[in-house]
Amino acid sequence: MSENELVILDCWASPFCMRVKIALAEKGLDYEARPEDLFGGKSDLLLTSNPIYKKVPVFLHDGKPLCESSVIVSYIDETWPAPALLPSTPYERSQARFWVDYIDKKVLFDSSAAIWKASGDDAMEGAKKEFVEVLKVLEGALGEKEYFAGDAFGYVDILAIPITCWFLASERFGNLKVEAESPKLSAWIKRCMEKETVAKVVPDPEKIYEFVINLRKMFGIA
Amino acid sequence: MEEVKLLGWWVSPFSRRVELALKLKGVGYEYIEQDLAHKSQLLLEYNPVHKKVPVLVHNGKTMAESLVILEYIDETWPNNPILPRNPYDKAMARFWAQFIEEKCNGGLWKIMWCKDEEERGKLVEEASQCFITLEGELKGNKFFGGEEIGMVDIAANFIGYWLGVVQEVSGMELVTRDKFPVLCKWMDEFVEHSVVKETLPPRDELHAEFEARLGAPSWKY
Repeated sequence: MSENELVILDCWASPFCMRVKIALAEKGLDYEARPEDLFGGKSDLLLTSNPIYKKVPVFLHDGKPLCESSVIVSYIDETWPAPALLPSTPYERSQARFWVDYIDKKVLFDSSAAIWKASGDDAMEGAKKEFVEVLKVLEGALGEKEYFAGDAFGYVDILAIPITCWFLASERFGNLKVEAESPKLSAWIKRCMEKETVAKVVPDPEKIYEFVINLRKMFGIA
Repeated sequence: MEEVKLLGWWVSPFSRRVELALKLKGVGYEYIEQDLAHKSQLLLEYNPVHKKVPVLVHNGKTMAESLVILEYIDETWPNNPILPRNPYDKAMARFWAQFIEEKCNGGLWKIMWCKDEEERGKLVEEASQCFITLEGELKGNKFFGGEEIGMVDIAANFIGYWLGVVQEVSGMELVTRDKFPVLCKWMDEFVEHSVVKETLPPRDELHAEFEARLGAPSWKY
């Protein structure tokens, strides 16, 4: 009997969905991605399996739903242990979780998206300053390593790389360059994007830029 | 020889979470009280990113963010587990801990500082929804963790104890027995738990502290 029916309720532009898809690809797992129309009408399955947030991703393992991308990726790592995504020692895992917490708190919404949402010069300057600071903190965390945990692509990389396809929008609206502000982080982005599991999932930043233009219209910013 | 240190602040529910987990597991530690108005070199060195408490130091290795620290404690001292062992149940516990942190505590924090009455009204309504959700999640159990307290109960400590003091000081009624009987029953069990009791800041001192701060323009250091 075939078990392990894996489904993800998905949106192509969502970095949170990309995280789950990269993790599944790293484990060599087959899954069905069901696209959700987040603005037109969310599916009944989405609304019943994520009643609290009504957001994607929702991951269903043989029908049992899980929500919140970091929770889902940890679950995937624990359920299918090879190859390991999280580091092997409790201390190294605490560092990985710390950085994922930082990324979730600071990188996408507070700083990167704040740039293209900003209305007015003061808001824009503030958002840019915050974004550059965050890039430098991440660069500090990366240090001279290839990936956040060392030599191997893992948990922090998987949770961080999807957000970077949204950076082009911040660069264009904010008139800044991530490579100039954080060259080592930029090199890490290129390194991750060369991986097949990442390249297949993370879209061309130009497409995200177009998506952001539409989002701004919807929010009444542009 | 294990060396465990905790940098904390007696008022902070976040640093009390870590104390609770360590005590539940019978782990001895040295507690180092921090003055957050005048941050110590030690704190700035151990948590340069956020400059906050709690910070756990274990055999010289430093860790920050209370929920991250709780996971570390559970993995390092597996007796009296605070997380389920089954991956799905563990994932659900993490989900609820995050919900409490972001939606519940995040919302309550905004209420505490909101000066605009209309805005506060909306936030209070959202908070009520959170409490209804939490009541549902208790599922008739003594604790979120079942018969014993677990990570979710520890994460909910602000609601379990601190919120009562905030309500007394501010006069706001967010969680009342007639509106949320199930949650109030959980709060009773939580504060009466033999180990939790040891980690709660004295009520009158906490009251005085909140009174001083809620009158001030900003809580943040």
